[in-house]
Amino acid sequence: MIRRRVVGEWLVPAVTLVGALLVWEAATRVFHVPRFVMPAPSAIVVEGWDWRYRFLGHAWVTLYETLGGFALSIAVGVPLAVLIVYSPVLRSALYPLIVLAQSVPKIAIAPVLLLVLGYGAIPKVVVAFLVAFFPVVVDTATGLAATPPELLDLSRSYRASAFKTFVKVRLPMAMPFMFAGAKVAITLAVIGAVVGEFVGSDKGLGYVILSATSYWKTELAFSSMILLSLMAILLFGAVSLVERLVCPWLAPAGDE
Amino acid sequence: MIRLDAVGKTYRTRRGDLVRAVEDVTLHVQNNEFVTLVGPSGCGKSTLLKLVAGLTPATRGTITIRDEPVREPFGDVGFVFQQPVLLPWRSVLDNVLFSVEMLGLEPRQYRKPALDLLELTGLSGFETKYPRELSGGMQQRVAICRALLPDPSLLLMDEPFGALDAMTREEMSLELLRIWEERRKTILFVTHSIPEAILLADRVVVMTPRPGRVARILDVHLPRPRTIETEFDPRFKAASDEVRALIFTRRAER
Repeated sequence: MIRRRVVGEWLVPAVTLVGALLVWEAATRVFHVPRFVMPAPSAIVVEGWDWRYRFLGHAWVTLYETLGGFALSIAVGVPLAVLIVYSPVLRSALYPLIVLAQSVPKIAIAPVLLLVLGYGAIPKVVVAFLVAFFPVVVDTATGLAATPPELLDLSRSYRASAFKTFVKVRLPMAMPFMFAGAKVAITLAVIGAVVGEFVGSDKGLGYVILSATSYWKTELAFSSMILLSLMAILLFGAVSLVERLVCPWLAPAGDE
Repeated sequence: MIRLDAVGKTYRTRRGDLVRAVEDVTLHVQNNEFVTLVGPSGCGKSTLLKLVAGLTPATRGTITIRDEPVREPFGDVGFVFQQPVLLPWRSVLDNVLFSVEMLGLEPRQYRKPALDLLELTGLSGFETKYPRELSGGMQQRVAICRALLPDPSLLLMDEPFGALDAMTREEMSLELLRIWEERRKTILFVTHSIPEAILLADRVVVMTPRPGRVARILDVHLPRPRTIETEFDPRFKAASDEVRALIFTRRAER
């Protein structure tokens, strides 16, 4: 049984991926596709390997911009959600603003932000934050509102304070929702950081892609893209890991 | 112990309509008495429990507990709902301790009583399990332990066995009686089930819907302790026929 599961979950996708890469490699060689139109996977790997030390610096920049934006989206999004859930007045005041902020295309705000905040890391962090905070607010608010009314009645019948009920009941009850929001937010934060870098920067993986394409170095752009995807996957995995540590009760009991 | 005099409750819905949930309910409950409230949906049974717990104020009439008027929650009460509503991140033992924690008591001093309660309800060995690892019936036992742990003098039960399958339900009713024989409390128990209402109660309050009113209060003269055999007693049949008649003739009139 275990062997069958390994075949289904790992072997089949791995073979598919390797197969696709081989077809890609063969096609670029057989049809003599120019490197700047579609580089072969081998060329992308070689170029990426050449850049390994320089990539380290650029990846670090994009990583801290992403993490900064993500941290800000949690730090702002969670309290905002709490205010929305606990105060009907603030709810009607803030919700339309939040939806409005969400509906403005972030890529359109980015140039303005750079104009106002300069060309350092801060505008990138702010763009990442703007892209990421919406799912955090919405999911946290949904989670806090999803507490069964019986539990609130129960807490009230014991004369527990609203704060105690929040800490012991509502917040942990909302945890799975908050992590769902955080997982979306972390991947969006990567996109936000890259968008910020596209608009104006001299470092970061987004900057590498932009400058590589302007020099027709498509294989460099590709390797940078792959690095970005890897970063997003790793960050997503890290949030999932934290979720499993913080919410162990969500793990399936035993081995199905 | 509990006195409800001409109690009425009118809600205002979000659209601004007034809904009379409960009307002119008068009920006096003795200390350690087991009273069941039976009636169709929409007869304000759950509202009545909330009124007694002080979770919502009465619009008309007065409610007193031991001669103290009820104006706000008073703590000396245990609530059991149709759903167990346990905290999924807490172990069984910590779920039982939740009630004393919320009351502001020291949970460590209640460990032993909590373990005793788990033993009394047949949950020994499950202390460290998560709720989702338990069956519906076992989860509801945990909820009952949680309600009993601070040793409240009043237990409010809102269709506590309504979500369980018929066999578990009957088993749980008898078990509740066994627990109640050991730890006497005043119990107000809401149910849809006529046999359940009679099997458990000293008195059955039959209610009619919209607005909820008391149709009649029946004394149940069945010997205790009650067992599965109780249901074959001719007086059991007579009582359930009477309750059924009260509920269904009222329906036919409308």
